[in-house]
Amino acid sequence: MFFRRKKPKLEAKKEIPDGLWIKCNSCGEILYRKELAKKLWICEKCGYHFKIDSRRYVSILTDEFNELFSEFSPVNSLGFRDYEEKLEKDYKKTGLKDAIICGEAEIGNHNVVLSCMDFFFRGGSMGSVVGEKVKLSILHAMNRKIPLIVVCASGGARMQEGILSLMQMAKTSATLNLLADARIPYISILTNPTTAGVMASYASLGDIVIAEPGALIGFAGPRVIRDTVREELPPGFQTSEFLLEHGMLDAVVPRDRLKETLIGILDFFKS
Amino acid sequence: MNRTFLEFEKPIVELERKIDDLKLLQQEGIADLGDEIAGLEKKLKKLQDDIYGSLTRWQRVQLARHPARPYFLDYVRYITENFLEIHGDGCFRDDPAIICGLARIKGKSVVLIGQEKGRTTKEKIKRNFGMAHPEGYRKALKVARLAARFGKPLVCLVDTTGAYPGIGAEERGQAQAIAVNIKEFAHLPTPIIVVITGEGGSGGALGIGVGDVIAIMQYAYYSVISPEGCASILWRDASKAPEAAEALKVTAQDLIELGVVDKVIPEPSGGAHRNPNEAASILRDFILGEIDRLSGIPVEELVKKRIEKFQGMGVVKRDI
Repeated sequence: MFFRRKKPKLEAKKEIPDGLWIKCNSCGEILYRKELAKKLWICEKCGYHFKIDSRRYVSILTDEFNELFSEFSPVNSLGFRDYEEKLEKDYKKTGLKDAIICGEAEIGNHNVVLSCMDFFFRGGSMGSVVGEKVKLSILHAMNRKIPLIVVCASGGARMQEGILSLMQMAKTSATLNLLADARIPYISILTNPTTAGVMASYASLGDIVIAEPGALIGFAGPRVIRDTVREELPPGFQTSEFLLEHGMLDAVVPRDRLKETLIGILDFFKS
Repeated sequence: MNRTFLEFEKPIVELERKIDDLKLLQQEGIADLGDEIAGLEKKLKKLQDDIYGSLTRWQRVQLARHPARPYFLDYVRYITENFLEIHGDGCFRDDPAIICGLARIKGKSVVLIGQEKGRTTKEKIKRNFGMAHPEGYRKALKVARLAARFGKPLVCLVDTTGAYPGIGAEERGQAQAIAVNIKEFAHLPTPIIVVITGEGGSGGALGIGVGDVIAIMQYAYYSVISPEGCASILWRDASKAPEAAEALKVTAQDLIELGVVDKVIPEPSGGAHRNPNEAASILRDFILGEIDRLSGIPVEELVKKRIEKFQGMGVVKRDI
């Protein structure tokens, strides 16, 4: 009998590698970079949605964007080993201080608050900065009386900030009550992946919850579930389509139709 | 005396047995051992102070998971009169991992919610070891709304490793159920008292963990992830859980310093499992005191303060 030894995981593979030609992570099709960018990083053959960073979402969804709350950066309040180094590394990689950018944006003829999480900074994990900026985005939307849109991409709470990360779920969700009381619409967009602490808080709480196709969405990670239940997971488990079928999403919308869909929803609420 | 004990409890248990033996001899009039017993009892007190005064975080996690630690139903039996269990989420099924009910504590009406791990093997399986499914959280919300509608205080006793990571749980929206509870509990117009009595396992705990006062029992813990989970993700080695428990800062005192819990409820010497009745009696007095205090605050103010309290949590750096 042969046993394949598990290779130690080195650097995580780049979602979008450098170079002119890019191989689709799903179907293996070789795609021309410029063409792929024009298609908003959707594989033209199989429809796979490449993970993209927060700035790309801003440019895809908005006509204008003025950043807010950029003055916040994370603190290693638990004195967690290697945390500063990890933050520094991701800052160098992404140019971001933490895993979210927020701002006031124009989409079609609508003024909105748009907050975009960034999977490429610490896996989009939520610590105090992400929680604080989501809270401030909610309050800003409330004060300006304009809708809130949050693009989610996150593996969950940030371990290195311990219990304070968990409390960001309460901070953001509690604040959403104020927005609901003020009858201001909140649209949540779930991208690949949206799981754990983020999904179990503001990501799930939109007045409208939309997901991109094929995104991994859930509470627990598939590996943890497999180890717990010790059986094969059903096909398509925890994908957007699976959630839609089980009644957990309002709609699945491909990335190249997100903007027009948003405009439609914003028109609906405005009139 | 319970028969299960942790490694670091061993010297205490052994010394206690010795004292018991001597006492027996004394009673039977075989020898006069009064001085010797007194000496050993003094030694026992010092040993207890030494051991419990310098517990590592990991040892505290083990105490929180102690198999003889009082569970939800033990507290219900001791604390409440006329407990009526309210079953079911009104939608899918009754989740036995979370128990809800109407109760009286010293004549006061309260609504109780809590995870129950189950004492016997059969009970543990029935209760899924206190790991709830979405319907458990939805049942909790159902009774929480009932409490709010009739202005009854809500008491949540948290003791769970976490929300259950299973196929059905995902299909029925575990994340959504928890998210909705967090949001709704944050603005329910009635006093909410949360006590972490054992394990405060992440989102599974927070799903019934938002309230006006968040208390934790002396040897309970509360964490964003289990120490084992953290160790296996960060260092690919679950056996490094003791280090993870240190790094995550999960103990009652840590949580006070981080501003996440308001009060620590003391436990009997050696932990709640050494004297469950005393633990329950301390817990009951705490709950009654909080009901009195919170009932004196207008409910609008209560809700406003509750939301503000959670809005203030976290540490960030702000550049000028």
